[in-house]
Amino acid sequence: MTTANSSIDQADAMPLKEKLAKTTAIQRRRAFLLTLPLVLFLLISFVFPIGQMLFNSIHNNKVSGVVPDFAVAIQSWDGQGLPSEEVFEIFVKDLAKAKKVREVGRTVGNMATRINYEMPGSRSLFTKTARKVINIKQGPYKEALIKINEKWANPQVWLTLQRASHDISPAFYIAAMDLKYNEVGEVVQADELYQIYLKNFIKTLWLAALITFICVLLAYPVAYLLSVLPLRQSNLLMIMVLLPFWTSLLVRTTAWIAILQTEGVINDLLVYFGVIGEDGRIQMIYNQTGTVIAMVHILLPFMILPLYSVMKTIQPTYMRAALSMGSKPFNAYRRVYLPQTIPGLAAGTLLVFILAIGYYITPALVGGQDGLLISNLIAYHIQKSLNWSLGAALGAMLLVVVLALYWVYNRLIGIDKLRFG
Amino acid sequence: MTNFLQKQIQIKGKAYMYLALATVVVVLLTGTIKAAVGFLLVFGIPLYFMEKMQDYATTGERFTRYIFLVISASVLVFLIAPVLIIMPLSFNAEPYFTFTDGMLSFDAAAYSTRWYLDILHNGMKAPEAIDGWWSDMWNNAQWIRAARNSFFIATVSATIATVLGTLAALGLSRPEMPQRALITSLLISPMIVPLVITATGMFFFYSSIGIAQTYTGVILAHVTLGVPFVIITVTATLSGFDMSLVRASQNMGANGWITFRRIIMPLILPGMISGALFAFITSLDEVVAVLFIAGVEQRTIPRQMFSGIREQISPTILAVASILVVMSVCLLTVLELLRRRSEKLRGLSPG
Repeated sequence: MTTANSSIDQADAMPLKEKLAKTTAIQRRRAFLLTLPLVLFLLISFVFPIGQMLFNSIHNNKVSGVVPDFAVAIQSWDGQGLPSEEVFEIFVKDLAKAKKVREVGRTVGNMATRINYEMPGSRSLFTKTARKVINIKQGPYKEALIKINEKWANPQVWLTLQRASHDISPAFYIAAMDLKYNEVGEVVQADELYQIYLKNFIKTLWLAALITFICVLLAYPVAYLLSVLPLRQSNLLMIMVLLPFWTSLLVRTTAWIAILQTEGVINDLLVYFGVIGEDGRIQMIYNQTGTVIAMVHILLPFMILPLYSVMKTIQPTYMRAALSMGSKPFNAYRRVYLPQTIPGLAAGTLLVFILAIGYYITPALVGGQDGLLISNLIAYHIQKSLNWSLGAALGAMLLVVVLALYWVYNRLIGIDKLRFG
Repeated sequence: MTNFLQKQIQIKGKAYMYLALATVVVVLLTGTIKAAVGFLLVFGIPLYFMEKMQDYATTGERFTRYIFLVISASVLVFLIAPVLIIMPLSFNAEPYFTFTDGMLSFDAAAYSTRWYLDILHNGMKAPEAIDGWWSDMWNNAQWIRAARNSFFIATVSATIATVLGTLAALGLSRPEMPQRALITSLLISPMIVPLVITATGMFFFYSSIGIAQTYTGVILAHVTLGVPFVIITVTATLSGFDMSLVRASQNMGANGWITFRRIIMPLILPGMISGALFAFITSLDEVVAVLFIAGVEQRTIPRQMFSGIREQISPTILAVASILVVMSVCLLTVLELLRRRSEKLRGLSPG
């Protein structure tokens, strides 16, 4: 009897622990399986495409894909003087072969564009030579090539070709950071005229900071007002915050064009009230001012909503206690109220800043020339100039900043705390 | 009325005096009456609405409170005015983006609905014809085609995003979920990553697998961008969810599907619908991914507006914008009702 009992105990005691472990494992798997479809979906539709784009920023086979044998041969050159006669021969033959290729991405024109990024003005050297190179039937190839165009005697052309023959190279990050290779292949500062990306990057960060700061200034009193008013009134005022939040971005941008343009509502009002004369109308749009005003308007709800939800939880008794104990109102505010709103401030600030540095539509429509942000430059390289690798490199730099801020946001606030309305 | 005014003067008599004094100063400084009118409007209205303060409040406190109200009111006006101002402008009889003198003097001839008609007519082969007007409008009018595209893409992508997002939110809000923080931040990241980067990546990848410039490509992109909103709203609804209800249902022999169908879904339905609405409106408003991925066939309303603003700016855009604002008002109302219902269901508020 006792043995039977103990064996039951044992039979039950051991599996109980295992059973628990098993059930927990099943439950964990179930929970994970529920998220799996979406995780897989996002991996394919979102993460992988971005990864591929990032790969594009260091990978470019516009030289090795056009003149493959040459791309291998040039690597043995030590960079002194000119490459050897054999390398010239391979180059001439590869170029003649490449001239017949029509496949997009593998033409001589593609290679010429690639080299042109690093040696501005060298594009025609390749395209023109490719047309004549078919006539070179026999060596010496070096002299024949230099006879076609004496630029082939310039070692810098060959250095650039050698560098660009690598499929994986940091060349586009170097360009994206306003640097360049000099005649002997060292990385130096680019010419003043070509320093646009880093400058634009800094301008983007600065404008995003400015927009965030203005948003804090404007959002704080409104969020406070909403949090202290009785529910009925605050709900009514909340509509004034939520309606723009829900209105299409393009609608709001259009509205700002109507309001800010030189013949627009603000200028009309100013003229009507006699602040400015008819000929003194202010240019407020298609420049940085327009970008900042429109973006503040668009991002302001993202500041008001987190601030409001934090301020709503602050007990008014704390302030009264501070005041009744003889604190000056400003001191009470600074030492009692303000510290309690820090979580909301941090959430709003980070969110607005993150959204502002990646903004594209509004600057593109109302930014004119000087209001363009880094996103607009990326879009320009992807859609217009078709320098995809440079666009990808700029995108990677922007992505690093955004993800770093996202990480901070997650650590400080937690993205799962985010609420709308 | 007189009673009310008497009360106003009784409480804030001094303040009105100061305001009058300041207005006189403004008149003297600028030399025009108009400026004074503007000054009175900006500073008088908040004063009129300022509530009674305790008797022991000092003048400094009253003044601070008043300035605070002036600032808050200005910010709220700043927020709402642009959205409202386009509505009267869209009835402009002239092809301008600004109020004409006729509009300001409320001359009926200065107002017209021609831009609303233009939404229908733009692109039609024969706007004046009577035979086949409907099919002509339905098939050829640019804005109508864009609207059809927008609604088709938004409906399909919001549906997919809601199904996938709700499933994932259910998993994420289970206490046993492994790696919750990591997976949550992955699922929300499409909202954080700059749209240009997302759109660029998708453009390359979707081109390489041949779904760029197709509805499939645009819908995939919009599902991706709508999913974070579904996750956020559904997780919020689930945060107050009583898990013992699930156990009770299972106790009584319900299987997983029935538990979901009869217990969980009715409770989180408000969250699901607002998530779906968020995803819908995100897709309806999205233009960057459309710019990169969509072809001419998939032109949506925002895409059409984008090129309209860039190329030939006409009040037709304002008319479209006004219709969109009216639509957002409707959506906002639905969302507010849903929010109240959800709070009632979860017992968070009495009414």
